[in-house]
Amino acid sequence: MDIMQIVALGIIGAIMATILKEYKPEYAIQLSIVAGLVIFISILGKFNQVLEVLKGYAIKADIDILYFSTILKIVGIAYITEFGAQICRDAGESSIATKVELAGKVLIMAIAVPIYAALFDIILKIMP
Amino acid sequence: MDVNLIFKIAAIGIVIAVLNNVLIRSGREEMAMMTTLTGIVVVLMMVISLISKLFDTVRTMFQL
Repeated sequence: MDIMQIVALGIIGAIMATILKEYKPEYAIQLSIVAGLVIFISILGKFNQVLEVLKGYAIKADIDILYFSTILKIVGIAYITEFGAQICRDAGESSIATKVELAGKVLIMAIAVPIYAALFDIILKIMP
Repeated sequence: MDVNLIFKIAAIGIVIAVLNNVLIRSGREEMAMMTTLTGIVVVLMMVISLISKLFDTVRTMFQL
């Protein structure tokens, strides 16, 4: 997937959404959702390759797999949350978008608890 | 990479808007309402499959 194609897709989507917004705003929102999804799905393959390399190095460096998968999960939650919140904001519902973002933050905090726990264990061990 | 979906949604939106105008001009507001609703449902069906695909790929990739 070339970057030129993605940029062209974004511009075409933006133009069509602007035209549609005058007549039927609800279709403009769905069109922008689809444009975002198509772009994201087209770059997923590349991202997967990078992820495999990173995972290989994490295993080679003998890093606990728990930390690596936690970071991955956090990135996934952050992306999905941003996606949903941005759609809500485009539709003019910024209060719902704020709640979605809050939920994402809380979930990230809950997932990161094992890392906090390890850090606090180390601190407690160091303290006399 | 299904760019066709974007064009499809734009086309459906324009067609529904035209239909809506024609129906309202000819004094059939309830029919216009029905066409709008049907168009939204049709587009939503297309979008939902794509959204579920996105969620599945993200879930498998990030091991959520």
